Amino acid sequence: MLNDATLLLDPPPSPVPMARAMRRGTTGKRAGPAQVTTARETENTDWVACIAAIRDQGDEAAFARLFAHFAPRVKAFLMRSGADATLAEECTQEVMSTLWQKAHLFDPTRASAATWIFTIARNRKIDALRKQRRPEPEDLPWGQDPEPDQADVLALQQESDQLGRAIAALPAKQRELIEKAYFGDLSHSEIAADTGLPLGTIKSRIRLALDRLRHAMK
Amino acid sequence: MTRNQITHHLTDALLMAYSAGTLPEAFNLTVATHLSLCDDCRARAAAFDSVGGAMIDGADTVELAQDSLAATMARIRASKPQHETPAPRAGLFPAPLRDYVGGDLDAVRWRPVGMGVKQAILPTSRAATARLLFIPAGAAVPDHGHRGTELTLVLQGAFCDEVARFGPGDIEVANEELNHTPVAEIGADCICLAATDAPLRFRALMPRIAQPFLRI
Repeated sequence: MLNDATLLLDPPPSPVPMARAMRRGTTGKRAGPAQVTTARETENTDWVACIAAIRDQGDEAAFARLFAHFAPRVKAFLMRSGADATLAEECTQEVMSTLWQKAHLFDPTRASAATWIFTIARNRKIDALRKQRRPEPEDLPWGQDPEPDQADVLALQQESDQLGRAIAALPAKQRELIEKAYFGDLSHSEIAADTGLPLGTIKSRIRLALDRLRHAMK
Repeated sequence: MTRNQITHHLTDALLMAYSAGTLPEAFNLTVATHLSLCDDCRARAAAFDSVGGAMIDGADTVELAQDSLAATMARIRASKPQHETPAPRAGLFPAPLRDYVGGDLDAVRWRPVGMGVKQAILPTSRAATARLLFIPAGAAVPDHGHRGTELTLVLQGAFCDEVARFGPGDIEVANEELNHTPVAEIGADCICLAATDAPLRFRALMPRIAQPFLRI
């Protein structure tokens, strides 16, 4: 009883799943029951295949494709965060070589390639620009599933794509605030309590993937 | 530590700033330690990372150096493959905290603060302070308020204050509005990781005199 009362007073935060609602609202078209596969979704799963090819075969052509798409974006991100062109170029090369070296740590049931590359670039930024260490959460003790369920991979990649479109559809003022938080130096007290981001569904997917990984090892 | 008993979580603003990489190091450490214990916040943090992914994917591009790809391949060939497997947690501290302490609980260099309370300040950038606190079972940390933000993560035992009870894995996010007197529960000594971005304000005279020496 006591536990129930505590839960009611202070429930674990779980944002409302809004991605689908927002998508319908902004496109104005009625989405059918079948999943609509967009070019971006196909692109997301292609990047996943590229990283697997790097991990399994040391595939340089796959790496060159990822590099052509992501390296100029990583460099832009670092320059917007305050790095000059020389430092940004050097850090970009380091970020992209980390991608090669850590390809075995990429888990496509929990992140898109863009998300994973963002986290590597962010950590490099903190290290190079702010001269600080970046404490990361403890690795899951069993690492990644080498052969994840393809349906789980596809679902997460689709969620990532939907999130990208939902962010693009946000009112300009709100999108600018989020850009400022990620590219600029907005402090946590300057970030709105309600970010208005539709993160409920992708969070649930990632949570499910974590549960599966933990259960698989029991 | 049981994973599903955590009832006090991080705020969206802190998780977003952690994902964006704009928190002071002491806060990053406390957030990373909580995420190591709490799958729910780990998933929420990953959702904020995917916002970062979407931003980088949708961002403008900047021209690379002419030999950029070749130079990157040369870096890759020059480096050793990294195939480290994470070691399972043996003691009380999750990996990020163990890194900063230089070991587990037995490696902590405690300093007495008075009334049986002990602390150990961890090496982070000066923008905020991270400290381990040891509060003997039943003892209280003096009544204090905050000028900035204080994060308190319970690693062992439990404490209660005017807000609620905080057990292992729970994190309390306190700001200017909160004056509180955390009291460790009877039964077990309480060990917390606390991060502050401004000095605490003690309401009783004694701790305020001691404050400059203790760096609380």
